[in-house]
Amino acid sequence: MSTNSAAQAQVAAQKTARRLPPEISIFLVLVGIALIYEILGWIFIGQSFLLNPQRLTIMILQVSVIGIIAVGVTQVIITGGIDLSSGSMVGMTAMISASFAQASTWPRALYPSLTDLPFIVPVAVGIGIGLLAGLINGQLIARTKIPPFIATLGMMVSARGVSKWYTKGQPVSGLSEQFTFIGTGVWPVVIFLVVALIFHIALRYTRYGKFTYAIGANVQAARVSGINVESHLVKVYAIAGALAGLAGVVTAARAQTAQAGMGVMYELDAIAATVIGGTSLAGGVGRITGTVIGTIILGVMTSGFTFLRVDAYYQEIVKGLIIVAAVVVDVYRQKKRKT
Amino acid sequence: MVSPTTMAAIRTSGAAPNAEYLLTAEGIRKEFPGVVALDDVQFRLKRGTVHALMGENGAGKSTLMKILAGIYTPDKGDIRLKGQAIRLDSPLDALENGIAMIHQELNLMPFMTVAENIWIRREPKNRFGFVDHAEMRRLTADLFARLKIAIDPETQVRDLSVANRQMVEIAKAVSYESDVLIMDEPTSALTEREVAHLFEIIRDLRRQGIGIVYITHKMNELFEIADEFSVFRDGKYIGTHASTDVTRDDIIRMMVGREITQMFPKEDVPIGDVVLSVENLTLDGVFHDVSFEVRAGEILGVAGLVGSGRSNVAETLFGVTPASSGTIRIHGKPTVIDSPNTAIRNRMAFLTEDRKETGCLLILDILDNMQVAVLQDKFVRNGFVSEKELMRVCEDMSRRLRVKTPNMHERIENLSGGNQQKVLIGRWLLTDPRILILDEPTRGIDVGAKAEIHRLVTELARNGVAVIMISSEMPEVLGMSDRIMVMHEGHVTGFLDRSEATQIKVMELAAQ
Repeated sequence: MSTNSAAQAQVAAQKTARRLPPEISIFLVLVGIALIYEILGWIFIGQSFLLNPQRLTIMILQVSVIGIIAVGVTQVIITGGIDLSSGSMVGMTAMISASFAQASTWPRALYPSLTDLPFIVPVAVGIGIGLLAGLINGQLIARTKIPPFIATLGMMVSARGVSKWYTKGQPVSGLSEQFTFIGTGVWPVVIFLVVALIFHIALRYTRYGKFTYAIGANVQAARVSGINVESHLVKVYAIAGALAGLAGVVTAARAQTAQAGMGVMYELDAIAATVIGGTSLAGGVGRITGTVIGTIILGVMTSGFTFLRVDAYYQEIVKGLIIVAAVVVDVYRQKKRKT
Repeated sequence: MVSPTTMAAIRTSGAAPNAEYLLTAEGIRKEFPGVVALDDVQFRLKRGTVHALMGENGAGKSTLMKILAGIYTPDKGDIRLKGQAIRLDSPLDALENGIAMIHQELNLMPFMTVAENIWIRREPKNRFGFVDHAEMRRLTADLFARLKIAIDPETQVRDLSVANRQMVEIAKAVSYESDVLIMDEPTSALTEREVAHLFEIIRDLRRQGIGIVYITHKMNELFEIADEFSVFRDGKYIGTHASTDVTRDDIIRMMVGREITQMFPKEDVPIGDVVLSVENLTLDGVFHDVSFEVRAGEILGVAGLVGSGRSNVAETLFGVTPASSGTIRIHGKPTVIDSPNTAIRNRMAFLTEDRKETGCLLILDILDNMQVAVLQDKFVRNGFVSEKELMRVCEDMSRRLRVKTPNMHERIENLSGGNQQKVLIGRWLLTDPRILILDEPTRGIDVGAKAEIHRLVTELARNGVAVIMISSEMPEVLGMSDRIMVMHEGHVTGFLDRSEATQIKVMELAAQ
């Protein structure tokens, strides 16, 4: 009898443990980091870190683009893959979409007959080019069975090449106001959060999501269970590409110009945000909510360093340490759950 | 209470024991989140004996063995080696104390040679401190000669058959010259001849005074090789007996705590029309000209030795490896099955041989595991999954199959093998199949779950499902099948009707 009630108590304990979503611990990390800055702020600078809406807005604006990419990267990583090409895709899609967003008042438009187009055209072009590049990634991985690391590494190099070749290295400027409007105010944040919401729902409640997790958990079992693994992977990489394309559009609109060097290293920031958010590189585990929090952690870190006037060189060193520490904590947590 | 065989073994070993027991464990307790895996368990291993651990999956024998091998540390309890209390914090600790373990899952490095695998961490060095490969080869050759194993020490492990890998694992464990050897279902991947060879090795080790802990689900092995056995049930110690003192039924009773009146609840059900007919099915280089048919309500057993191509035929039928040539007809209609997806759309289901590799989504929960196949064409509206409805259906299925779990959100990797298998069967039953292919449906699962699965298969046949059941366990094939198809080296060597099938007739066709 006593063992029975003990077992029941344990089951109950497990249930309460389950009610706390895994994001809570990541969220606590975010709160912790913010509080550390708050305290250091009062000690060294004599002002509050958090009670400054302007700073927080700038902070979240800065990471919105990373966040949009990370939503796609999260899905790729859940399937057990990786996407290294998103940063270069940002550069490529920023250049190409900007070339369709130039105003007729600008004397050196790339396509003089295609100026003052409605903003939907450059947006669609940017997303479309990203989608296309993502499709190529997906097809390469699904058909030739080369590792995603290599396929997307190739795309990373080539897409950067395209963005430089497109204007022979010249920036694309003179963008129309209706296009640059996307990058003003809180629009990038809104786009990020809407994208995150859509794919949170997709991963959580649709067949697409269930199959994404199944493939990441065990690709062979997924195949035997009737999932068309190849076409599903193509979908996932295409979505990641389209989101990188959207990120490129937002980047160009925010900067009011496009340059071939845009988005360098963004893929690594996006992967870092994803992993900090609790997505496992081994596949099968991960959530968009975690990625959103991971993205904000990245933003808070950078913004906090600037606030404390820490030298930019130190910033990078510490950022690297924090990324690794976040994953170490996560691995440790997973291990504890298992035994 | 020393059994006669034990006494004989001690005498022939020639070594006077310096303590009555080689290894003892008393009052062992181990908890995992949500389960008490072991509760006040004891175990005593005598020198020069083979001691079998028996129990259903989830009974706690694997946990006990892992504690003895230093993989888990007990929450409570006392382990003594030759009378000395010891603490085992890691597998290396156990090895250094003279306890070696042969795992059920093979732990060899595929891209290294046999010799390198055996002597890893203990490589003989030459005077420059580099690995002395010649010496290593010689040591391996000596070891193999002693154990009468015919494998080239220079072969890469990935080129070995599963059975040969198992023999390498055994040789590696023996090479530690341990006092205690733990074997976890060492025969599960071996053919009969290799099992006989293994038993020879075990008898030889026993003569040398080594104590062997032997875990098995196979009753006949217990009688053949074990001197004593201990039974566990639900994490508790039930008792230890000499294997000469008991009958098979006694042991089953101890293991399940209840009588299993009928091992194979096969019923005669009306056999209907031909559902699946296969003509000259060929997968180049693997199997050739396989032809057979299965009718509604019929259970077609498929027998054959490991490597006879049985599982390959199943994989081809289900579209995992599409056929090179041949015709598959479903209800008389020629059907091309080029992927598992097509197979499922033709209402086929396939329980694969390897639960871990091709069955379970280990890190996901029971619900995710159960729903994955049925989501191909049901319970989805505009891409959205009907969560509530599906949850209800999966819970019903889980109850029907008696899956032991607190709730549907338990990770499948935390379930015992038998319960995992039930979840996977549930995955396929949800798709309401007309043709059910079962590849080793009861491998490595306990007696109770086995009987439940057999009852379920019988029930499905009664409902008109055509069942193809591949099994290496002769009693299962003989007990469950209406007809038996026997394969040998990629060819069908014959069919036997239930009435005429005997173990000898099947083996004649299988071994040729």
